[in-house]
Amino acid sequence: MPLDALPSSLAQWFASRRWTLHPHQRAMIEAAQAGQSVLLTAPTGGGKTLAGFLPSLIELAQNPPPSLHTLYISPLKALAVDIHRNLGAPIEELKLPIRLETRTGDTPAARRQRQREDPPHMLMTTPESLALMLSHQDADKTFGSLRAVIIDEVHALAGGKRGDLLALGLARLAKLAPEARHVGLSATIAWPDELAAWIGSGGKKVHRIAGDEGPLPQVTMLEPGEELPWAGHMGLHALGEVYRKIGQHQTTLVFVNTRAQAELVFQELWKHNEANLPIALHHGSLVVEQRRKVEAAMAAGKLRAVVATSSLDLGIDWGAVDLVIQIGAPKGVSRLTQRVGRANHRLDTPSEALLVPANRFEALECRAALGAIAARELDGEKPRPGGLDVLAQHVLGMACAAPFTADAMYAEVTSAAPYAALPRNDFDDVLSYVETGGYALQAYDQWRHLFRDSLGQYHIVSPQVARRYRMNIGTIVEAAMLRVRIRGGKVIGEVEENFALGLRNGDTFLFAGQILAFDRIQGMELWASRAKGKKEPKIPSYDGGKLPLSTHLAERVRGLLQQPRSWKDLPPPVRDWLKAQKQRSLLPDRKGLLVETFPRGSYHYLVAYGFEGRPAHQTLGMLLTRRMERAGLKPLGFVATDYVLAIWSLEPARDIDQLFAQDMLGDDLEEWMAESSMLRRSFRNVAVIAGLIERRLPGHEKNRRQVTFNSDLIYDVLRRHQPDHILLRATNADAATGLTDIRRLGLMLARIKGHITHRALDRVSPLAVPILLEIGRETVYGSAIDALIDKADVDELLREAAPD
Amino acid sequence: MTPIRPQHGDVGRLIVNGIELIAEPSGVLWWPATATLIVADLHFEKGSSFARRGVHLPPYDTAATLARLAAAIGPKIRRIICLGDSFHDGKGPASLSFDDAMALARLVNTHEWIWLTGNHDTALPRSLGGQIVTDALRLNGLTFQHQAGDTPVGEVSGHYHPKSHIDVQGRRLSGMCFIHDERRIILPSFGAYTGGLHIDSPPIRALFPTRYRVDLMIRGRLVRREFVPQIAS
Repeated sequence: MPLDALPSSLAQWFASRRWTLHPHQRAMIEAAQAGQSVLLTAPTGGGKTLAGFLPSLIELAQNPPPSLHTLYISPLKALAVDIHRNLGAPIEELKLPIRLETRTGDTPAARRQRQREDPPHMLMTTPESLALMLSHQDADKTFGSLRAVIIDEVHALAGGKRGDLLALGLARLAKLAPEARHVGLSATIAWPDELAAWIGSGGKKVHRIAGDEGPLPQVTMLEPGEELPWAGHMGLHALGEVYRKIGQHQTTLVFVNTRAQAELVFQELWKHNEANLPIALHHGSLVVEQRRKVEAAMAAGKLRAVVATSSLDLGIDWGAVDLVIQIGAPKGVSRLTQRVGRANHRLDTPSEALLVPANRFEALECRAALGAIAARELDGEKPRPGGLDVLAQHVLGMACAAPFTADAMYAEVTSAAPYAALPRNDFDDVLSYVETGGYALQAYDQWRHLFRDSLGQYHIVSPQVARRYRMNIGTIVEAAMLRVRIRGGKVIGEVEENFALGLRNGDTFLFAGQILAFDRIQGMELWASRAKGKKEPKIPSYDGGKLPLSTHLAERVRGLLQQPRSWKDLPPPVRDWLKAQKQRSLLPDRKGLLVETFPRGSYHYLVAYGFEGRPAHQTLGMLLTRRMERAGLKPLGFVATDYVLAIWSLEPARDIDQLFAQDMLGDDLEEWMAESSMLRRSFRNVAVIAGLIERRLPGHEKNRRQVTFNSDLIYDVLRRHQPDHILLRATNADAATGLTDIRRLGLMLARIKGHITHRALDRVSPLAVPILLEIGRETVYGSAIDALIDKADVDELLREAAPD
Repeated sequence: MTPIRPQHGDVGRLIVNGIELIAEPSGVLWWPATATLIVADLHFEKGSSFARRGVHLPPYDTAATLARLAAAIGPKIRRIICLGDSFHDGKGPASLSFDDAMALARLVNTHEWIWLTGNHDTALPRSLGGQIVTDALRLNGLTFQHQAGDTPVGEVSGHYHPKSHIDVQGRRLSGMCFIHDERRIILPSFGAYTGGLHIDSPPIRALFPTRYRVDLMIRGRLVRREFVPQIAS
């Protein structure tokens, strides 16, 4: 494509690097000239970020105004810094009169102040820093001159609470800077219409530009032998082969699903590492400096492999990666596609990737994912309505910036896509919550945060309210964590408090790729030393990061099960397993639900093949055991995976249709929600985001442990005395997805009604073997360790499950 | 599902200074011989105290605490002793809502009621009714005071909000608890918004240097555990 769309200096710079203009980059320039807002979707490596900035560079190169022109917002601080560096190069080389700065939580106060008084032309920031800037009284002056707002990696923001906050910020920006174009940059996603609407928050019409998709990636599944495990999620059996692949490639990214898995895989890989290849570890609980070091070494081509979690899903351009390995189930097609796209960050060559299933069900899932990628299908949930807790935070922030009337604020927030359908009632309740807590009992009128003047405008009552707001900004609420400090002084990362509290003197655990011995807990720190000896280390588990199987992939897996002709692409042990199941029982069908019951030892087992993801299965398990308890079946426990739920009891389950009747989502659900620890955790997040519980109080620093405890007390009191309070409504909305996934469970119960196939067997079926092996491993910290499975137990189960 | 250890018939029964007392799963202590109920750290009006400082906690804590207290007071109880910190701060008594004040007055007026003062409520108004005691109270071999420390034997106190935990099948269940030996007992806090201090923390450990027992409140039951100090190596 000719470079004539560019001013001569930029054209020369492009030419000097033998770059040409991609069609989508040209389209972006034309859209900008027409003043249009756009959503650009393109795979990684398509020059997407440059496409977003080119129009601004062109405008600024010709005629730089003395004010802020372009705002760039990314989900990662590191990305903002990285883009700043990349964009700095042409600006410097061409001596363009453009000033470029970053503004994140790390920016010193003096520079922040200066940026407000004398803004740069381009500012790179994060959603949280934007919210902070928008809450200042001079936000209109800072942002009034904006011509472009660029949001990078939109697919990672829209649909979550950070996205809600940013959409509200965009609505405010549209008001402060009506002429600014909104520009969204995104990976290819399954719901472009919704994403475009999200970009248009504030009432912009958004045009769509799609980049070239590039060639299909070359993805294969590691052909496992007989050693493919029956259960477990770690994939350690295949690491010898994984190591061989690393040796054959220049740079390999090894993606895993959890931090615990990352630690274990890293440790085991090094046991295979006879050639001493530089292999590093990267996950979200390691200290930032350590992560930056790994990223820098990676970018400099000094590493042969990095074992990483989703902490490397976004951002930084690695350039040289020529192989991506996914160990464990891919969980979703879109996520896998993006991970695979990390290899060969160039458009013209296909990415190479290898899937390594950790058990038999995962082999089915990998096979299904290969089919979806070949068909260029995508998945992922559409964005849900915006959170009321986030809205409460935003409304207070806007009151800090300038007084508003309820009508004007309602009009503004409903112009943000996540809140487009927000009922006026909910808005009024949120406003009342911000004023006085929103309690039915008008107890706090004298201690309000907002007051109304004679024109009906809301003002904050004191600068203290604004100060407190600014300390609590953001939607990321971390679990209570303890810093891990090595004896001798260095902090190397964080573990969850619950894990730390379970450690006894002399216990060893695996962290940051080393085996550490627990020393003691001091304040908010866990002290440890490097361990000697051979004791089996524990592995810290973390709440977050466990994504459930996507509905789309589940659908494909069910399809695979129903078509024996397609089994030829499956590894032989998996094929044999399915054939045995067909002979002994049934295969789950596409629409209904297969339920098997059988006795084993002194217990009776019920196994349901739901394929609805672990959170939904867990909720179902809670509800079913309650019901069985009432029916006198004496349930003893249950265990859930992404595919299956198993319950064991002293009495055999009868009348399966009745057991799975939809009305369990009524009183049983209510009752369970009142005491569910998952709901309490959700409530805590909601209470922190809405500002009821502070991250820190000015003056007295509150530690995070106290936050956890207090929120439980508030939850109990509030549920009893005002169950429809806005924060409980927000908590229930969160419970519909996320940890409890009640929405997906509800859809399943509706779908299977009248389509439940019950097989009463005399013994365990082949398909039930994996879930029975999960029993007893669930709650062990180290649930983690595949080696825990008792070999004898597997053999015994297999003998029982075998066809006659 | 997590099995809860079955509640033993004798759980909660304990002896301090030779006197039989019963810890209740609700968090109150019963002294059968004198028909007395003892409760610690009610922290009434903690919600409004926070609201004054800018945090709008739900204003239902006093009502919730009162309801639980009323339910814990059986028909055989003649006397109630509150071990201090009954109000979260000095403004607490005046902040009571009309309904809460009436509910409290009904309880106070139908029993022999003794308010000990604590560090949160150093002074209490006469209008509350009952008897206000600003010092330790000695009664038939037991000494009642807000904070443990200087009584040789037979001490009953609150203040520390003790909490503890048990690990069941890899899951940690925590709760408020009673902690006691033959010489003294510390009660859990009863107020709806009161957090806890773990019994392993130095201030509590210092008070129980030898063998001690814990009655842990878990899901409406008590679980008793015995602790024997390990010999330092």
